[in-house]
Amino acid sequence: MAHFTKATSLHDWLNQRLAVDTLRRVLATEYWIPKNINFLWAMGMVLAITFALLLVSGIFLLMYYQPNVDLAFDSVNYTIMQEVGYGWLWRHVHGVAASVVFLIIYIHMFTGIYYGSYKKGREMIWISGMLLFVAFSAEAFSGYMLPWGQMSYWAGMVITNLFAGGSLHADGLVEWIRGDYVPAQAFLNRFFMLHVLLIPLAIIGLIGLHFGALRIPHVNNQDGEEIDFEAEAAKYKAGDKRSSKVIAFVNDFMSKDMMVVGIYLIFFFYLVFFHYDFAMDPVNFDPANGLKTPTHIYPEWYFLWSYEILRPFSTNVGLIAFAFAQVIFFLLPFLDRSPNAVPASRRGLFKYWFWAMLIDMIILTAMGKVPPVEPFGTIGFYAALTFIGLWIALPFITMFEKKA
Amino acid sequence: MKELFILVVVTVFTLVTYYLVEPFAHSQMHKHYESEGFAYADLPALTKKGDATRGKDLVMGAGACTGCHGIKVAGMPAPMDAVTAAASYGVNPPDLSNAGSVYDAKFLGNLIKNPAHALMVEHKFDPAKGQMHPMPQFYGAGGDMDQEVADMVAYLQSIAVKGEELTPKMTFELACGRCHAMHYEKWTQIGEKPAFKKKQDELAFDTQVLDYQDSLAKYMGTLPPDLSMYIRSRGAHYIETFVENPQNYLKGTAMPRVGVNAEAAEKVIEHLEDVGDSKRHEREEVGKNVMIYIIIFAIFALLWKKEVWKDLH
Amino acid sequence: MKNSSRRGFMGKAFGAVAGVGAVGALYAMKRSWDPLPSVKAAGFTTLDMSAYKDNELITEKWRGKPIFVLKQTKTMAEKAEANPKDIERLIKVGDSYFMVCIGLCTHLGCIPGYNSDEESFLCACHGGMYDFTGEVTKAPPPRGLDIPPFKVDGNKLVLGEEGPEYKKMKETGVTL
Repeated sequence: MAHFTKATSLHDWLNQRLAVDTLRRVLATEYWIPKNINFLWAMGMVLAITFALLLVSGIFLLMYYQPNVDLAFDSVNYTIMQEVGYGWLWRHVHGVAASVVFLIIYIHMFTGIYYGSYKKGREMIWISGMLLFVAFSAEAFSGYMLPWGQMSYWAGMVITNLFAGGSLHADGLVEWIRGDYVPAQAFLNRFFMLHVLLIPLAIIGLIGLHFGALRIPHVNNQDGEEIDFEAEAAKYKAGDKRSSKVIAFVNDFMSKDMMVVGIYLIFFFYLVFFHYDFAMDPVNFDPANGLKTPTHIYPEWYFLWSYEILRPFSTNVGLIAFAFAQVIFFLLPFLDRSPNAVPASRRGLFKYWFWAMLIDMIILTAMGKVPPVEPFGTIGFYAALTFIGLWIALPFITMFEKKA
Repeated sequence: MKELFILVVVTVFTLVTYYLVEPFAHSQMHKHYESEGFAYADLPALTKKGDATRGKDLVMGAGACTGCHGIKVAGMPAPMDAVTAAASYGVNPPDLSNAGSVYDAKFLGNLIKNPAHALMVEHKFDPAKGQMHPMPQFYGAGGDMDQEVADMVAYLQSIAVKGEELTPKMTFELACGRCHAMHYEKWTQIGEKPAFKKKQDELAFDTQVLDYQDSLAKYMGTLPPDLSMYIRSRGAHYIETFVENPQNYLKGTAMPRVGVNAEAAEKVIEHLEDVGDSKRHEREEVGKNVMIYIIIFAIFALLWKKEVWKDLH
Repeated sequence: MKNSSRRGFMGKAFGAVAGVGAVGALYAMKRSWDPLPSVKAAGFTTLDMSAYKDNELITEKWRGKPIFVLKQTKTMAEKAEANPKDIERLIKVGDSYFMVCIGLCTHLGCIPGYNSDEESFLCACHGGMYDFTGEVTKAPPPRGLDIPPFKVDGNKLVLGEEGPEYKKMKETGVTL
């Protein structure tokens, strides 16, 4: 057993038992971040704050929500929205944050792709990030079921039908997932469980992994420069903060993060109070009705690009293309054959690949929402082919990339 | 300023995506109609100036209105209770006490002359096929028919409560509430559901509602939806333009043109907001305060960053 | 040396025993996700086929799914007879032919709408079309509307039971 002395203060008492000083040093004041970064490096903190908003608002929604097919809709739209003090606020925050979190995730992802932050030892950061993306997608989908409106019901119907695997016709699997022939009580209850317990647990664990994965390779910087963190940190600690290439996580990096968070929250709360329809689809304010499909069924905007990859093809090809789209981003660190971990602007053909991919995904997103009529069907079809083509081309164009 | 340039790029891509999935996609999915201001331009105007006294005689006498309609303010109760009336006519004929201030005068005149035409349900009621509208046409009481119609309209306007006295709730109940329930305020098609002491009484009331709904569903083809959340699911613009001309959006629907005047339409919307979006005032108020706070928050964050980074550059 | 290799073996054996337990637990978890017996048992709907009118689509409900019943007019039945793919989809009850299908698009499960003038179904979700017997006429749906298990019982049709006509349809691949 370690030797304990009589504590001189509460701080000392804690320090002897929890080594709080060491923790603070390792996690905050001597956790080194490159200085050469821009505001896009704050997206991780923005995501953490948004996740916290989701968690807190979710806790209060949980107090009055009823996971019962007869009560769910009214418990949300009447009890929470109109009776519970500030219940409407939690719901608006929760709904808007669920949508905005994906905007930030996409910005965070494309930042990583642009600056090559998935290479040279940073592969696990990318993979854990993609796992988070999948977990957030599952969380968003399961949460979307809970108000039990028309879009909840029909999104649940259409998405669980995907598991029939087209010609495989695995109806048994679909019924197993639903616990019924159609989305009903068993379905709502199990998605409630997933949404409030299992998936959040997974997300919290994955966030830990994502942070942990950053530890050894360190955060990338704007120029992909390899920094000798120990030497630069020594310079910083010696007081030469100006010429050191690193800054401390707390307060240096944190103060910049908070500035970005402040600006982000202005945008966020504007949406919460004055512009929420994009995140809370009006159609979902109609109660679920299994005998009446809404005129248009579309997923939330952040799933549209992968939905559109499914849509223009016949069922089986569509499902294969869809499965391709779900896993291909995981493989990015291995499909990119170039050793250059520098911004896309300095990477030959990859520069064009990056912008083509971004624009193609925006086109897919737009086409995924509009009705499947011409010319949208054709545009969507070619955009889906382009998406697949770009990924197939990636190893070849990066293989011949010159050393930057 | 490289950082500002990056911000512009991120913002532009975000806004383009937003534009495509929201305004653009919705313009492709839904037809958009502008309100005609409840002018009912397709109906001929009332040409004669009505006289309320003569109108009263017609309404009570030759017009035979009170055979089906009650007029409570004039001491005329409804000839049948709502459930029996719905069994006979499909829907309970409205009490006419406030019809003069809820419905447009021109619409009322045309309704008296030819209900199916004014209500835009001629596809459902074709006399040639023996499908008669439950409200019979008025063929005149022997004099100038246009004058008689104008007199009756004038009478209905003279007895109706006006302005502030006509509450949003009253307007909703007359204009929408005989077909549409609104359970967030306990409204059923036969009136507000009272609090019952005995379970038997409550079940008896519920049975009446269900009987009424059965008649109504048979008459309309389907049970008209509960409107509790319509202000959020459809929005004010859709509701206004829909009640002006339901056929625009839903060709062949059994929903009649409602015929409310612009003022009554506003009141109906207000009532729908009171029921489906009752916290809207609080939301706007709190919203303003939070925006002010969060801007101050951002300013302090900015100042802190400047202080910390002073030593770093 | 001997001791440590023995520990190695026991360690592996312990791992295997733990693995058996994990598999058992997984099986229990899988079973908990299964549809309940009460859900599975509730599932027989009897339709009185004499109540339907020509070319008027009626939507019934069976196991929470919409069931389309469309009584064929004489001309529709004649048109169907000219096309073997159509006629074998119809169910004969008494003297009349009926289309009885699960009213969910075989693409992704939306409910198609019926246009009685054009005698065809259109699924608004992805634009799939079916004719008046439920046979697919325009992709993306991979096949015609599915026919629920049925048994003809005089003038009645029992959904959920497999009669000889239904078994024949399954054998010939008319429905899945």
